[in-house]
Amino acid sequence: MSRIAARFEALKARGRKALIPYITAGDPEPGNTVPLMHEMVAAGADIIELGVPFSDPMADGPVIQQACERALRHRVSLRKVLEMVGEFRRDNIETPVVLMGYLNPVEIMGYETLARDAARAGVDGVLTVDLPPEESAELAGALKRHGVDPIFLLAPTSHEARIRGVSEVAAGFVYYVSLKGVTGAATLDVDAVAQKLALIRRQTDLPVGVGFGISDAETAARVSRIADAVVVGSALVKRIAAHADDPAAGRREVTQVLAGMRRAMDQATTATPA
Amino acid sequence: MSTVIKPEQTPDWRAFPDARGHFGPYGGRFVSETLMEPLLELQEAYQRYLQDPQFLAELDQDLAHYVGRPSPLYLAERLTRELGGAKVYLKREDLNHTGAHKVNNTIGQALLAKRMGKTRIIAETGAGQHGVATATVAARLGLECVVYMGAEDIQRQAPNVYRMRLLGARVVPVTSGSRTLKDALNEAMRDWVTNVDNTFYIIGTVAGPHPYPAMVRDFQAIIGREAREQYQAAEGRLPDALVACVGGGSNAIGLFHPFLADEGVTMYGVEAAGDGIDTGRHSAPLCAGRPGVLHGNRTYLMEDEDGQIIETHSVSAGLDYPGVGPEHAWLKDVGRVQYVPITDREAMDAFHRLTRTEGIIPALESSHAVAYGLKLAPTLAPEQGIIINLSGRGDKDINTVARLEGIEL
Repeated sequence: MSRIAARFEALKARGRKALIPYITAGDPEPGNTVPLMHEMVAAGADIIELGVPFSDPMADGPVIQQACERALRHRVSLRKVLEMVGEFRRDNIETPVVLMGYLNPVEIMGYETLARDAARAGVDGVLTVDLPPEESAELAGALKRHGVDPIFLLAPTSHEARIRGVSEVAAGFVYYVSLKGVTGAATLDVDAVAQKLALIRRQTDLPVGVGFGISDAETAARVSRIADAVVVGSALVKRIAAHADDPAAGRREVTQVLAGMRRAMDQATTATPA
Repeated sequence: MSTVIKPEQTPDWRAFPDARGHFGPYGGRFVSETLMEPLLELQEAYQRYLQDPQFLAELDQDLAHYVGRPSPLYLAERLTRELGGAKVYLKREDLNHTGAHKVNNTIGQALLAKRMGKTRIIAETGAGQHGVATATVAARLGLECVVYMGAEDIQRQAPNVYRMRLLGARVVPVTSGSRTLKDALNEAMRDWVTNVDNTFYIIGTVAGPHPYPAMVRDFQAIIGREAREQYQAAEGRLPDALVACVGGGSNAIGLFHPFLADEGVTMYGVEAAGDGIDTGRHSAPLCAGRPGVLHGNRTYLMEDEDGQIIETHSVSAGLDYPGVGPEHAWLKDVGRVQYVPITDREAMDAFHRLTRTEGIIPALESSHAVAYGLKLAPTLAPEQGIIINLSGRGDKDINTVARLEGIEL
């Protein structure tokens, strides 16, 4: 069983929902990332999503665009991100790590090389935002051969046939993009998300995570009642940006926000059992 | 990644792209999930209206009476005499309404938008020609229009920015990344994914996710269809060579496509070599880049060893783009079209030469094609002939040219 599947199973047994923080690797500088990963785990993160910096992050709003720019000033490459995961694994072998990024750095490295080296570094899943299932056979195949889960997005615009198509190639969990827009957009409509999740669950047994537009503990709590995982990114990256000159202060704020979300989610899920 | 098709298996050029938008290993649909369904809807609508006699009749009417087609195929006699080689013909896309070939495509896409019930149009622009052509058709059809333009390009192309505003468009400066065309495209994509219900994204070139490269080509192919007929009427045969500049590559594919099956017609796509290919400061992915994925398709890109897109350079804002249409990538690999570099300096010289010799001020983009034509014509015999696509007029560039020559306007 993959580390991701094992984690979701363990959470389910305890009636708890997964909290998945996203940070851009190397933001604001490379030395900040591994310590922050450990601190996020201590604050209640169940899975870590690590953004691979890209020069043209088309699906991201300004917060994550600027995080990419900060990391790229230090030339943080996909190769470097794999090294960071390897370093994290020296002290943590349980927490799943998912890479999230764009296809071009993967194309340059080569699908087979990425799959092999990601598995060696201890990466559990790879989500390439601009790779829909129709184009994914080769990369998804390489990842699966090396025991790495290809993670796919679903969106408010995904009709039933597309949901079925995604569930056929996806592994680990599926990531439901809660709104039409880019990361860090306004707030999501929890009722609309709930309706769509019902449709998704008819097509797949995989756990469903929800992200885009979750910026505070209250929204995280409401989403945790209907989803298996809550993904939070821009709300954390904003804190890192605010303290780009003092990364330790940024890390403290990130873990505070995360700990607040953790508490709110746990209260919500114990108050109203699913 | 690259598949080489052997010469003996001459492809049926009209059969490309395949159903998923692939030109050999290039093209495709590389976008986030939210845009997949809208792209499939667009493809369905486009294929339907392409068979709809009413839609086609309306498009023809607009091209004739609003754009002013057919555009002339002009024999540049004085230039031909000076060069002492092949006859030089210019396909005068600069004489279209709004001053460039871009309007051929925006007319088509805007009619499609209207039929799909969209009320809001967005576009990206580099030199501003596509932005102006989009703002123009939006004004005419009464659609809201937002144009994304790199902050750097807004500086370089002030007259076109004002023109778009006069036409009622909102011009949004893009300050991310290198602040040029590629960043404007990113921003337009972000707008589209947010407002996809009521918004139609008019992409200005033969790049982007399927069906854009095929759709824009089909709207621009009128250039080549006309040129083929006009040349035959004038010379009783086909031309020996075609020359067009390639940024994203829409004017080039528009000219080339109807000639692809004509084996005797050699084709040259001219890329912007900026300060020179060996300086690294250029915008020539086909001459000096390698395949990757950007802006929804797989194609040749300007990128570093980590797969990050690098900054490009060209005196011409419309060619200042790190990618190129996927059909060009494929035509390069199969060897049907040759892609050649022209530097800023060569383009500037050609700009002046055409202006002085023929009384035609070419756009800096088109000046790259003219510059290659100046090299090519003398190598051919007087009974041969070439067509240079004069894709746009140069009025928009006079500030840039004056500045480069140290003249204050």
